[in-house]
Amino acid sequence: MSLTVDIHKRAGTFSLDAAFSTGGGVMGLLGASGSGKSMTLQCIAGIQRPDRGRIVLNGATLFDSQRGIDLPPQSRGVGYLFQSYALFPHMTVRQNLLCSLRRERDRAARERELRAVAALLHLEGLENRRPHQLSGGQQQRVALARILLNRPALLLLDEPFSALDSHLRDLLQPELKALLAGFDGQALLVTHSRDEAYRLCGETAVIDGGRLLVQKETHALFADPEHREAARLTGCKNIVDARRTGDHEVEVPAWGGIRLKTAIPVGETLCAVGIRAHDFSLETAENRFPIQVTDQLEEPFEWVVRFRCAGQSPAAPDLWWRLPKSQKSADCPRALGVAPAAVLPLYAEPPRTERKPSP
Amino acid sequence: MDWYPLWNSLRIAAIASVLVFFAGIAAAYYVARLPRLLKGVLDVALTLPLVLPPTVCGYFLLLLFGNQRPLGLLLAQLGIKFVMTWYGGVLTAAVVAFPLMYRTARGAFESFDETLAHAGQTLGLSNLYIFWRIRMPVCRQGILAGAVLAFARALGEYGATSMLIGYTPGKTATISTTVYQLWRTNDGAGAFRWVLVNLAISAAVLLAVNLLERREKKGAAA
Repeated sequence: MSLTVDIHKRAGTFSLDAAFSTGGGVMGLLGASGSGKSMTLQCIAGIQRPDRGRIVLNGATLFDSQRGIDLPPQSRGVGYLFQSYALFPHMTVRQNLLCSLRRERDRAARERELRAVAALLHLEGLENRRPHQLSGGQQQRVALARILLNRPALLLLDEPFSALDSHLRDLLQPELKALLAGFDGQALLVTHSRDEAYRLCGETAVIDGGRLLVQKETHALFADPEHREAARLTGCKNIVDARRTGDHEVEVPAWGGIRLKTAIPVGETLCAVGIRAHDFSLETAENRFPIQVTDQLEEPFEWVVRFRCAGQSPAAPDLWWRLPKSQKSADCPRALGVAPAAVLPLYAEPPRTERKPSP
Repeated sequence: MDWYPLWNSLRIAAIASVLVFFAGIAAAYYVARLPRLLKGVLDVALTLPLVLPPTVCGYFLLLLFGNQRPLGLLLAQLGIKFVMTWYGGVLTAAVVAFPLMYRTARGAFESFDETLAHAGQTLGLSNLYIFWRIRMPVCRQGILAGAVLAFARALGEYGATSMLIGYTPGKTATISTTVYQLWRTNDGAGAFRWVLVNLAISAAVLLAVNLLERREKKGAAA
């Protein structure tokens, strides 16, 4: 199983430049809105046409501008779960599902397939309802059922949870994860939520401004995002310009010139470091520096502490520190440390020599 | 009472409506996909009969299809003559009613959620199926409204019709030209009878539309 995408497309002032390949499982495309992630999906599905490039799925060429290949969406074998689910409003659930079984001539086989997918996605009893009579979660399940009946080789999920409230989202994410685990094809999930990417995707690519920045195994991406924008999009709160001073050391002029040890080797082209808000610690002896607390915000289960380093330049914004309520002491801390593994070397253009996307 | 005008009006309006129904939908569907400049120009051209006085439309039609005009002469060779014939009335009714169908259908298509069509494509449905079984049903309210407006307009057409096909009893007379003719010749009672006939038809059409809508709402709720 494999998907290779290398496409370019201009739309007004926006230009998309996406190249990646993936070997199976669930891959995430993480990016802010307007970053080009939905456009990428639509190009793969054949709903939009790239200006040039190539899309190959399991050895079959779906699009190749040089060879003049551009398969219609109908024959790409690609399922698309739209943000709005796109159920046909004038049809019942049953009629919506039957749309995917139009080529099945045998009536008994059709009924069998309908029953199987209804059982898989808990749709029993909803067959005669219309989409507007369903909850958001039910609509999503019907849309997924309609896609799965078509047996796509590739499943494209476009912000599958954005139409749902946060409670429902938490309930449905494990369901989707289980469903994807049982799906014998690949899936590409587009999201702006780092939590969603982390929970659901085996590997994740970060896309920003129409460009694919990094692609990595998801846990590795969060542990070492490499790219400055990728660090921001994976939720890193403290990102600051830095200078390389050694193979495992950087200097941060804006934070009073402190030097931080890193576990990850520092490359020549380093431009910044990032420290996640959760990674500061009262106990850690390494990378310890004096601080002054400027603000504290209480959240349901955590404290958010804003602070400045000694000698921090006035232009640099306050730093963020998140800690569980149990670790919060009454008096303000005077110094904090960071484990070297949590100091992330960041690059404007990462040295991607040794990292090639897996075929 | 000679019922010819009723029969003539109904066949003219019915044929014109069917023509306009398909032409209006096709125009609405394709014009929406054109580049902006061409779209603007075509949109004006296709809507013009709606804002022009019907007599001006009739004038243009006479210019095109008049007995001494090139196109008129050409068609006459083929045995088709729009001037002073009942099917000339179909032409005038269709031209005048077309913009109503076109504009309402275009409005309906423009509010159609394209992701439904895209979803259909990725599910393997043919573009023809998507058009007739998804786009049209979802837009049916606007399209039905356009069809009714077009039929009513075609039935009531007077200005262009009287210019192109005139009034010949038993040949080109329609309800609206008959009402005027009877009134002009001081047959007030005769005119009134035809006014009542016209009212009855219009009321029946509106009633049918209302019933259709109600049945549809029930269907959606069930």
